[in-house]
Parts: sequence; C-alpha cells; structure tokens
Amino acid sequence: MPHMKYFYELTISSSPHVHSPVTTRTLMGDVLIALTPALVGSVVFFGFRALLMTLISAAACVFFEWAWCALMKKDNRTYDLSAVVTGVLLAFVCPVTIPYWMLLLGDLFAVILVKQLFGGIGKNIVNPALAGRAFLLSWPAAMTTWVPAGFANGFGLLESVTADTVTSATPMGILHQGSMEGIRLWDLFLGNVGGCIGETSALLLLLGLGYLLVRKVISPRIPLSFVGTVAVLTFLFPMGHDRLAWMGAQVLGGGLLLGAIFMATDYVTSPVTRLGQVVYGVGCGVLTVLIRYFGGYSEGVSYAILVMNCCVVLLDRIGRPKTFGAPKKEAAKS
Amino acid sequence: MAFPIFGGIHPKENKRCASELQVQEFPEPDILVIPMNQHIGAPCLPLVRKGDRVLLGQKIGDNQGLCVPVHSPVSGRVAAVEMRAHTCGTTVMSVVVESDHLDEKDPSIRPRTAQEVSRLQPQELVEILREAGIVGMGGAAFPTYAKLTSAMGKVDTIIVNASECEPYIVSDDRLCREYPRELLSGLRILMNILGLGTAVVAMEDNKPQAARALRSCLEPESGIRVEQLPTKYPQGAEKQLIYAITGRQVPSGGLPAAVGCAVFNAATCKAVHDAVYEGMPLVKRIVTVTGDIVMEPKNLLVPLGTSFNELLEAVGHSENPYKVLSGGPMMGVAQYDLSVPVIKGTNAMTVLGRKNQYNVERAQCIRCGRCMDVCPMRLMPMMMYRAIYSGSTEEMKTFHLMDCIECGCCAYACPACVPLVLAFRSGKHTLRAAAKR
Repeated sequence: MPHMKYFYELTISSSPHVHSPVTTRTLMGDVLIALTPALVGSVVFFGFRALLMTLISAAACVFFEWAWCALMKKDNRTYDLSAVVTGVLLAFVCPVTIPYWMLLLGDLFAVILVKQLFGGIGKNIVNPALAGRAFLLSWPAAMTTWVPAGFANGFGLLESVTADTVTSATPMGILHQGSMEGIRLWDLFLGNVGGCIGETSALLLLLGLGYLLVRKVISPRIPLSFVGTVAVLTFLFPMGHDRLAWMGAQVLGGGLLLGAIFMATDYVTSPVTRLGQVVYGVGCGVLTVLIRYFGGYSEGVSYAILVMNCCVVLLDRIGRPKTFGAPKKEAAKS
Repeated sequence: MAFPIFGGIHPKENKRCASELQVQEFPEPDILVIPMNQHIGAPCLPLVRKGDRVLLGQKIGDNQGLCVPVHSPVSGRVAAVEMRAHTCGTTVMSVVVESDHLDEKDPSIRPRTAQEVSRLQPQELVEILREAGIVGMGGAAFPTYAKLTSAMGKVDTIIVNASECEPYIVSDDRLCREYPRELLSGLRILMNILGLGTAVVAMEDNKPQAARALRSCLEPESGIRVEQLPTKYPQGAEKQLIYAITGRQVPSGGLPAAVGCAVFNAATCKAVHDAVYEGMPLVKRIVTVTGDIVMEPKNLLVPLGTSFNELLEAVGHSENPYKVLSGGPMMGVAQYDLSVPVIKGTNAMTVLGRKNQYNVERAQCIRCGRCMDVCPMRLMPMMMYRAIYSGSTEEMKTFHLMDCIECGCCAYACPACVPLVLAFRSGKHTLRAAAKR
C-alpha cells in the first residue's frame, strides 16, 4: 500500500497493555516461602523424614496434576505451583509416622478428585489439602499415631511405622479430655510438641503469616477473625481451667494457626467480599471450638474449614461493595 | 482536601523518559490524513473535493447535530477524499491533504484583542469554540461546545483535568509547564461562559513543576486553585476526579453536570485560548511519543493528520515494536496499521517491546479478589466476568457491568491474567444489543 511505509508484526489486543508483576505463580511461590520456616521447624522436631514426606508429597501432587492434564489432553498448568502448595500442605497436616503410600493416596485424592474433577485451579469447592487429610482419616489409627517431638532422631527415613511405635498424646489430645496436664504454653509456641508435621510451631507459622501480610498475599481478615473467635470462645468457656492459660493452649496448640493462616485463606475456597471473609473466619472459629469441645476427634480445624468452604457460595453474596454512583437506597445484594 | 478515590493501582509511571523534554514543533509532513470522525457524535461530511486547494485552518468537514468541524492543518491540495485507517481500528472517511509547505492561512483566521474578547457573549464564545472544532482532548473527544451548552446554569464547579494518571504520557504535564498562561486564559473563558468565578486545576502530585508553573501565573484573587492529588491510577478518570475534588459521586449512567461539575482537559483549555484569542482552530496538538523501546522519546507539537509512521520514525526504536498504542498502556488502543493519523484525542503514541507480553489465553480466575480491591468503581469484576462467561444478561446487570469505566485496573492486577476489560467490552455490547431488542 502506498501510504504504509513500514510493516511490523504488531500485536493488537484489548487494553491494558501492561500487567502487574504479581501472577498466580508468584503468589503460590510466596505461600511456599511463607511455609519454609515451618518446614525447617518440622525437620528440627521430627527429623528428616518430615522433609522427605513434604518433598514426596509435593512431587506427587505435581505429577498427578501433570498426568491428569496429559491424560485428559488439557493444558498443563503445573507451572502455577498450586499443586506444590497442595502437596506441602497435605504433608504438613499428617503425622510424621504415616506410611508413604498413604500420603500418596491422599495426594491423589486431593489433586484428582477434589481439584481436577471440579475443573482445576480456581474451580474446586473445598481445599484440596484438607480434603486429602479428611480422606486419610479413613485410617484413623495411622493418622493419630503421634510421636513426641525430638523422638524421630532415631527414627528411620524409610521405615513404615505402626501403631505399636512409641506413641504419645498430643497437646490437643490432652486438651480434648478437658485436661491441661503437662502442657506448657512456651513449648506450644516454639513447637517442641507432638502433632502433625507442620502445625506444631506457632512461632514459625506466625513468621510465615508476617511474610504473607507484608507481601500482601493475604489480608489479615480471615486469620484474625478465625483465631480471634477461637480465642474469645475458649476464654469464655475455660472448662474450669485458668482462662488465659486455656485460651493460650487452644490457640497455640493443634492445627489452628496452620489452618487459619494457610488453609482458610486459600483464595479459591474462601469468600471474596470483606464481610464474607470475616463471617467465614468467625464461622471457622465457632465450628473449631464446637468440634474440639464436643466432637469425638480431638482436632476440629480441618473439618471447620471444610464445612465453611461449602458455605462460600452463600458468603459471597453478603457485603458486596456499593457501586460508585449507585442510588443510595439500593442495597448491595442480588 | 482531596477525597481518596476507591481502589486504584500504582503501575510503573515511566514518565521520566519524556517529562523533562521540551515540546518540539514537528516538521510538517508532506501528506496528512484528516479523518472526518475525530469526536463523539455525528461524523463530518467532507466540504472539499479531490484537487481543491485548501488553506491552513480552512474548514474541510462539518455536519449538523452533535458535531464539530475539522480543519486543514496545512495549506496544500486535496489529494483524495476516501476511506482511510483510523486509530479506532476501522476505516473512516478522510480528507488526504498534500502540503505545499507554504502555510498560507485561511482569511477567517484573525486574532482577537482582549477588548474584543471581553465584549463577546457566552453564546458567541460557544459558537466560536464549535467553529474552531474544539473537543475534549483527554481522549474521549466530546465536543466542548455541547458540554458547555448542556452545563450552562447547572454547574457550580469547573475542574481542569491535568492529572494525567496514565503511565508514560506527559503531554499535559509539558503543556502546564510551557503554556501555563494560555491554559489559564482558556480556563477563564470557560469560567466566563459558565458564569462561575472559581475553578480547580487538578493534577497528580508527581508534577510539582507543572503546579509551580501554573501557580506562578495566578493572581491571588483569580478564583482558580491548583490542587495536587495523590499519584494513583485512575485519578484522572472523570468520575474519580470529580469525587476526589468534591466528594460527589456522578450517578450511575449520569453526566458530570448531574452533580454540578464540568471537567475540561488541560489541553482543551489551551485550545480554547487559541481559538478565541488567536482565532486558530484545533489543528495541532501536543503528543508524547514514548515507550520502553523508543530510543529518543519526544514531546511533539504535531499537525493533526500526521501518521504514526512518521512519529515512530522521528523517535526511533531499539527493537521491532510489539505494540504501538494510541494513548497510554492502560487505556490506549493497539494499532495494527501505522498509517493511522494523529487526531484531536491523541495525547500519546506509546511503543512497547515484547517484554510487555503477557499470556491471557489460559487464564483461570483464582478468586483472589484483587480485581475488587483495585476497582475504582467498586464493582466486582470477577463476578461480572462470570456473568458474561455464562451469558446471563440478568447477572451482568446485577453486577453493574455498564458502570465499568474500562480503566483496566482489574486486568492489570489480576494474577491469573484474565482478560477482564476485553470481556467487559463484549459484555456491554451484549447488554446494549439486548436493550435495543
């Protein structure tokens, strides 16, 4: 054409033409970084088997996701690192003693049944790692075989462990019986106690929380309302113990902090509105306390979150922002 | 005190590369393509034919209704009247002028003295602005005369928009620094037309020199105040700017006049001055030619109708352009044919390299809520997207799709790179089509 001097291969697309450096991959990477202190702690408390379990679980999740995508001829999305997060979190909520095959089964369940069958990332209704854990509780003996922290130094990397192994009561187990015998808050804070791999150290989990907040990966709304609710309820109903000590043990012990910081805040399975997030956090807290007080199993965090996950579709409807310039009387609802 | 706008983002400003460069007069090109459609409203009809001689400032297109005329920026000969590529992405009827480089002015162009101007009635001034083809020069290009006519008697606040929140662009910044007197003189004419004694010039606080230049030209009793707003995109979007200055929210679907405001772009004010005092219609404008792969960014005073090719040649580029935008990277329109001309609303040409590429094809929302947090209209982009995806017009209305200003904050912030703005445009299209039925 006479009026066209040059020809370049120009791309045309809708605005905007620049993008924030934050992507799904960097967000998931930040979550993994935030989980690192707790991972280091798990090695200190439970030995290298904890690390190996975490790595195997992460690798398995990536493999299952990749294999599923290849099998179903779908886009391979493993580069977004969400499968790695699922794998790490699932290992974190298992005791260090469970056999590897069980862990792999949990990964398979989490990635395929919970995530991929619902349409992959962004589409699952419940948190894959927690659902995987709930599934593994079909083997209650293995999932509740606890060893005390520090025990694993003499514990083989590849050995399978049965219920005959030296077991110990976790702080949550003691609390569940309404007792506070032998529970020292300082130990709970540092994590030098029995429990799942990644949940024991409040300090290291809070470090991760700090990182996530600074990087603006999550807002404090869900962790605060979740933990706050548990704190208030346990303070009000101390089961005959010293209120503060009881509250401290309930907040620092068990999987509350791991759940409140890393599981309940999962974008996909938590509400998007601010009010919805607070209500969701409070709901998680109330259910946690109810299960801990009245349930048959000593820990309630995972089931509380799973139940609240299912309410998200409703919670998304509350607290919708009032559109700029919308008529005054129009409430933000549909 | 400024009211903080909702949401917003802080993209890399990238203004430094051009903000300290003085505006240069761009040499008149040999061929100019003047589209008959450079404004919102009815397109002009050509008033000249192939072979006609035209003079600088001569009216070459006009129409009835909501329309402003277009003028020839040079003297020369009409080489063609035909469909030509336009920055909006289609072809429109255009007058192609071959310049004779004599710059012979149309006899109608006659400067007015201050006394003559002071005797003009508001109606006469409005007519002068229409005849001079003045439109909003921030991008939307709404005819200024029409804005004034509909605002008369309804407005208590005049805001001059010099916020220029788009990354890269500095044309208004330079205009404020280099032509502060003309800008303020144009603003006084607008104040005079609307019968108001006060006005606010609003700009982001990343332009301290521009604010200083304007303030140094203001007498203490002028009634004009320069307000610096926090630097945040989209501070300069009309509704957001009105909110920042007055705290008033333009109602959904309404115009600024509904809350007593009239907003004029900084460059428009200067064009008003030129039209009234110099008698010169809108035939040139300042264009920032910039981008991350541009060798030598420039601020150019460009005759309308100059092709993007010529601008690109004037600044050079270090690698093959990936995208060439009319406007800035947040709201600019990607061009595929660089023969398109600079028009009245072209405040910048931004040339981006391949490193700006991001993949939107495999996007999958992860419900992180960032789009909601950054939306200056307080919408729920992820819900709007879902509504469009499912094709439910009911849902689209529920989530106020039509209130979207397409500023691009959501798509910028979306970690999954979901093409939100693209979807919203198509969704609006669906809604408009459904309303017609």
